[in-house]
Amino acid sequence: MSDHSHELPFWKKYIFSVDHKVIGIQYTVTALLFLAFGFGLMLVMRYQLAYPNQPLPGVFASVLSEPVVGEVTVNEATGETGKVLTGDGYNAFGAMHGTIMVFLAIVPLAVGGFGNFVLPLQCGAPDMAFPRLNMASYWTYLCGGILMLFGFFVKGGAANSGWTSYPPLSLIATTGQTIWLLGMVILITSSLLGSVNFIVTAVQLRVQGLSFFRLPFFVWAQLVTSFLLLLAFPPLEAAGLLQLMDRVAGTSFFDPGGLIISGVERNSAGGGSPLLWQHLFWFLAHPEVYVLILPGLGIIAEVIANNTRKPLWGYKSLVYSAIFLGFMSFIVWAHHMYLTGMGTTLSTFFQATTMIISVPSVIILTCLVISLWGARIRFNTPMLFALSFLPMFAIGGLTGLPLGLTASDIHLHDTYYVIGHFHYVVAPGTIFAMFAGVYYWYPKASGRMMNEWLGRIHWFGSFVFINAVFMPFFFLGMAGVLRRQFDQTETLHGAAVQGLTVMATWGAIGLALAQIPFVINFFWSMFAGQRVGANPWKATTLEWTAPSPPPHGNFDAVPVVARGPYEYSVPGESEDFSMQATA
Amino acid sequence: MSATVIPYDVKPHPLTGMYNGKFGIWLFLASEIMLFGALFSTYVLLRVGAPEGTWPIAGSPTTRGDNILQVPLAALNTAFLITSSVTMVLAWANLKMGSFKKGQQFLLVTVLLAGAFLVVKYFEYNSKLHHYAVTFNEHFDRDGVESKSFKGLTQAGTEKTIHYLWGHVEETKKDADGAIQSYLFMPDHDTSHGGEGHEPKAVEIHPAEIARMTTFGPGGSSFLGCYFVITGLHGLHIVGGIVVMLWFLLTGSKMWKTQPDKYANRIECTGLYWHFVDLVWIFLFPVLYLL
Repeated sequence: MSDHSHELPFWKKYIFSVDHKVIGIQYTVTALLFLAFGFGLMLVMRYQLAYPNQPLPGVFASVLSEPVVGEVTVNEATGETGKVLTGDGYNAFGAMHGTIMVFLAIVPLAVGGFGNFVLPLQCGAPDMAFPRLNMASYWTYLCGGILMLFGFFVKGGAANSGWTSYPPLSLIATTGQTIWLLGMVILITSSLLGSVNFIVTAVQLRVQGLSFFRLPFFVWAQLVTSFLLLLAFPPLEAAGLLQLMDRVAGTSFFDPGGLIISGVERNSAGGGSPLLWQHLFWFLAHPEVYVLILPGLGIIAEVIANNTRKPLWGYKSLVYSAIFLGFMSFIVWAHHMYLTGMGTTLSTFFQATTMIISVPSVIILTCLVISLWGARIRFNTPMLFALSFLPMFAIGGLTGLPLGLTASDIHLHDTYYVIGHFHYVVAPGTIFAMFAGVYYWYPKASGRMMNEWLGRIHWFGSFVFINAVFMPFFFLGMAGVLRRQFDQTETLHGAAVQGLTVMATWGAIGLALAQIPFVINFFWSMFAGQRVGANPWKATTLEWTAPSPPPHGNFDAVPVVARGPYEYSVPGESEDFSMQATA
Repeated sequence: MSATVIPYDVKPHPLTGMYNGKFGIWLFLASEIMLFGALFSTYVLLRVGAPEGTWPIAGSPTTRGDNILQVPLAALNTAFLITSSVTMVLAWANLKMGSFKKGQQFLLVTVLLAGAFLVVKYFEYNSKLHHYAVTFNEHFDRDGVESKSFKGLTQAGTEKTIHYLWGHVEETKKDADGAIQSYLFMPDHDTSHGGEGHEPKAVEIHPAEIARMTTFGPGGSSFLGCYFVITGLHGLHIVGGIVVMLWFLLTGSKMWKTQPDKYANRIECTGLYWHFVDLVWIFLFPVLYLL
C-alpha cells in the first residue's frame, strides 16, 4: 500500500492530493494564513480605535491605499502628510475581519484541518470515504476565499455591512457586497461537501471493534459539528442567494419598499422583510457558534486525557452533552434578535432555550475540569494551551448568560460586551484549542516534535496578551461603547473609557509579537525538530498506532480495536497507557 | 488512482445497510431539504406579511385580477417530471438485472424528459419577462383605454388605490439623446376598455404618467421574486441532473465493463437525487401555481 504513494508525481502528492492528511495540512496552512490576515485587518482597526484619526504607522500606511485610507496633513508647517483609516475602510475591515475569521480561518482550521487529518486516523480508516470529494471541498474553499479577498480590489472596496450583512444597508452597499455573497455561497458549498464526507467516514469507516462508544470524543465532536454544518448552512446559502437576487435581479425579499437613498427612492416592488434575513442568518450563525467551539472541545478532551494520564471523567456525559448541544443549537437563534421588536412570548421562548443550552456546555466543561482532579499532569505546550482554554472558555460562556436574558440584553446589545463575550469563546477558547492541536498532532503529521521552549514562550505571551485585549471589552461594553463605532471619543461616555481601548490595542500588538515564536517553531521544527516514533505522547487512540507521518493508506495493517479510547493507567498493565488497537 | 481501498465503497455497511455513496447522497439530500425549506419559509413569511389584497392568489377576484402563472404548462411539466422519475427507476432496475442497453435507454428517456421540462420552463419564463405591469400616478384614460384599479393597503396600513394596466410594449420611442419619450403599449384583452372580446388597441403612455413600470420578472413583486428564485434554483438542479446523467450515458458508462455493481450504484444515487428534484417540484406546483 504505502510504496505506491512514492510513484505519484509531486503535484499529485502535495498539491492536487486526494490523501486526507495532505488535504488536512493544506487546510491548516491556508486557514492559518487567513487567520493571520484577519488579525492584520484587526490591528489596523485597533490602531484607529486607540488613536482616532492619527496617521497609521509606516507598515500599514505603505500597503494600504484609497478608499481604505485617506491622506491627511500631519504637520502644517512642514506639509508632512500621513494616511488615516477612513470610515468606509474601517467598515470594510470590520466586516471582512469577522467573515475571514469565522468562515475562512476557524471553521476550515477546526473542521477542514484537524477534522480531515485526525478523524479518519482515529477511526482506523485508510482515508476519507470520498477522497476526491475531499479534494474538491478544499479547492472550493480556496476559490471562495480568494474570491472574498478579491472584494478588496473592486470599486468601493470590500463588503462593508458587517459580517452579518443586515439589509437594507447591505442591499445598497457597494459591489464588494455582491462579491461577499458569491464568496459565501461557494464557501458554504465547500463545507457541505466536507460535512457529508465526515459523517460518512465516521459512521461507515470505523474499523472492527470500534463501536460508537469507543470513538474518541474528538470524533464525536466532529460528527456533531458536521451535522450542524450540513443542516444549518443551507438556510444561509438560501439567504445569500436571496440577497444576491435583491442586489442583481431587482427582487425585494429584504426590501420593504420606500427606501430613500440620497433623496431618491430605491426602485423596487417592496413587500420584503429585513427581519427575514436576520432569521435566516442567525438560523445558521447560532449553530455556527457550536461549529466553532465543538472541534475545539474535542481537541482539548484528547490533550487533557493524554496529559493527565487518566481516563476522561464522564466520557458518556460528554458525548450526550455534545449531541444535545447540537440539537439545541437549532432553536436558540432569535436570542440575537431580542431588540428587533419581537413579541415577549417569542423572546421568552428563546430566552428559555438559551438558558437550557448552557447546561450541556457546562457539563462538558465540568467533565474536563474534573478530569484534572488527582492527576499527575504533564505540563507540556499542548497541555498548557488546554489548561488555559478551560477558564477562558468559562469566561466566554458565563458572560453569555446576561446576553441571553432579555432584560440585561437591552443594555448590552450591540456593545463591546458582546464582542468580549464571543471573542472569549472563540479566540482564547477555540484558537487556543487549535494551538493545542497543532502542538499535539505536529509530530504525527511531520514525524518531528515542535520545540518545547518556543512553544511555552508562545503560550505565555498569548495567554497574557489575549486577556489584555479582550478583558477591557466587557468594561467598555458596560460603559455603553457601541461595537461598530469608528471613534468612541466622539461620545462623552466613550471618551471617558478611551484608556481601556488603548490597553486593548497594545494587548493586540503584544499578541501579534507573541505569535513570532510560533511561526519560527512551525517552520524550524519541520526540518530541525527532534525526530520521534509513532507514539511520542504515549497516547491510546488509533492515530498513534500509524507510523509518523502515516503513509498514503495510513496503517501498515488494518487495526482491530479492543478497548475504549482513554484507557490510561489501567491497574495491572505494565505501561500507563493501553492502546485501542490490539498489537 | 491510488492503491488505497476504501471499505464499503460498493457493498453495504452492516449497520446502516448502505454503501458509502448512498449514505452520502441521503445526507446531501438532507441539506437540500434545509435549502429549499428556507426558501419555502421565505415564501410563507412574505405571503403572511403581505398587506391584504396584494398577494396574487389563483382565481381570487380580490387581488390584481387573474392568476398570473400558466397552470396548464406547469401541469404538463409535472407530468414530465413524474414520468422521468419512473424511467429513472427503470434505468436502475435494468442495470441491476444486468441489462446495460435497456438501462441506458431508460436513462436517455429521463434526460429527454428533463430537457422537455426545461423547454416548457423557458417558454414560461420568456412570456413573464416580456409581459409588463404599469402602475400609474393617477387614473389613466386615453384613446378608449382605461386603467383598472384595486384598493390595497400599504405596509403602514393606510389604504391606497392602485391604477394599473397589464400588457406588452410594442415600441419604445426615444428622442435624439436616447431619453425615452413614450411607450406604445398594447394592453391585455381583459384590461382594455370594453372588456373581454373587445378588439384591443395600442395606446401611447408617457414616462411622466408612470409610477412604476416593470415586467413580470423577478422584480415585479414579492410573489414573482419567490417564483423566479425558487423555480430558478429548482431549474438549476434539473440542469445539474442532466449533466450527471449525460456523464453516465457517455464517458462514465465505461465503468460498466469493469465494475457493473458500482456503476448501478451510481445510477441509484443519481436516481435518489432525481426523485428529490422531482419531489421539490411536487411541492412547488401547488404552492406557486394553485394556492
